[in-house]
Amino acid sequence: MSTTSEIITEEILTPTGIEEKVALLADEIVDRCGDDEVAFVGIFTRGVTLAHRVAKVLADRGKNYPVGTLDISLYRDDFDRNGPDFPRLESSDIPFAIDGTRAILFDEVIYTGRTIRAALDGLMDYGRPRKIELAVLVDRGHRELPVQPDYVGFPVATESNQYVKVRFHEDDGKEGVFLVTEPQS
Amino acid sequence: MSDLTPRKDLLDIESLSLEEIEYVLNNAVPFKQLFQRSVKKVPTLRGKTVLNLFYEPSTRTSSSFEVAASRLSADVTNFTVGSSSVVKGESLLDTIETLQAMRSDYIVIRHKAAGVPGIVAKHTNASVLNAGDGYHAHPTQALLDAMTFREVCPDYAGRKVVIVGDILHSRVARSTSTLFHKLGIEVGVLGPGSLIPEGRHDFMQRLGSWDDVFDWGPDAVYLLRVQLERQEGQFFPGIAEYHKMYGLNSDRLVHMREKGTWLMHPGPVNRGVEVTDEAMGYEKSLISTQVENGIAVRMAVLHWLKPETQQD
Repeated sequence: MSTTSEIITEEILTPTGIEEKVALLADEIVDRCGDDEVAFVGIFTRGVTLAHRVAKVLADRGKNYPVGTLDISLYRDDFDRNGPDFPRLESSDIPFAIDGTRAILFDEVIYTGRTIRAALDGLMDYGRPRKIELAVLVDRGHRELPVQPDYVGFPVATESNQYVKVRFHEDDGKEGVFLVTEPQS
Repeated sequence: MSDLTPRKDLLDIESLSLEEIEYVLNNAVPFKQLFQRSVKKVPTLRGKTVLNLFYEPSTRTSSSFEVAASRLSADVTNFTVGSSSVVKGESLLDTIETLQAMRSDYIVIRHKAAGVPGIVAKHTNASVLNAGDGYHAHPTQALLDAMTFREVCPDYAGRKVVIVGDILHSRVARSTSTLFHKLGIEVGVLGPGSLIPEGRHDFMQRLGSWDDVFDWGPDAVYLLRVQLERQEGQFFPGIAEYHKMYGLNSDRLVHMREKGTWLMHPGPVNRGVEVTDEAMGYEKSLISTQVENGIAVRMAVLHWLKPETQQD
């Protein structure tokens, strides 16, 4: 545990590391889903990017899965507490029927599980998948709800004064996963 | 992330910053997308209450607010003048006190006197949404008009809209023209001289006839409803005369069709007065879109305002 008074940012995955973890997720999904009818749904913003990257790896292997997007802002449980004051809403776009599919939700990091709880509600307003699973690039622990990912790229043990920052070229103009440690108050 | 500061009430267009306007109009787009789903509802305002307080008859606006609030999962209570104590002589401030005790989070109010929503806003913790007050303002109408125009003209700055009709008695004309002006849309007006206010809104281009309108070349014609109920002062000679001079008839419709001009109207329409039956079937009419966008914009406004009842 850090005891300094400065914010420390440490790179825990390089761009190559991210690529490897994305391939790992792709392998695991294809192993477990077999010939099921699979649909990917990314949670805005970086979950969408992650879903597209995994889909790309699988498309190169001849497996084409559709990718939808989901904005969970309207489903958050902290609307009038500590959520962002003025969320800029995105249009969720799931241009295929999810009824009866094996839907896989994508998010870049799982932490408390509250985002996923909101995403489950949001997704089910679009239809009734046969099964819903969860894929994340990083699992940093500290769950507040009984929600666990099915596919994890990279588990990281963190302290409560730390957080994980994922940066993707498409969204942020740079690439890497960083562990940020804030001073203990 | 954002320079927006929390706002409790929406009373007019004048006090809105361009950033706030953009925020609401942009957020209205994903709300509209929800209408394509089989489940059109989101849980965002679950547990919140919206009070619809209409001192003037209105079916469209009050039901639009009701649908918007319901789609956000808020509970809605409709309080209309005919069925309330107002007819028994309760004063406005006593009514406000009653409303305050009901702990509504949002109060949607329409009143024949300008400024009433502002007074209510001062005396309650709830967010107040002006749904039309006298000749003053109708801000959600303006926002839905802007959303509708932006959909058909995404490069809206520098585009032209002409408003036709009774500008003097129209809070729609006032709010919509102000908002369009803020967005850089040029606004022209055509109407009986007695119904064009002097001095107000110098930015508006005054046009003398439909010929002037077509010379000016608007992207959209916005017809106002002739408010037959507000014509006690005899501002124009008669309905037939009005229709002849300012109504959208077949000849004028031919011109609009040639130029691809969009048609807007806030509703409800007086057929045979400001518009003919034929014009109601015009393929570039945006009237139904305006109704649909009204719900989306009102959802975006309810989502944006911050009632002070939410502080814990």
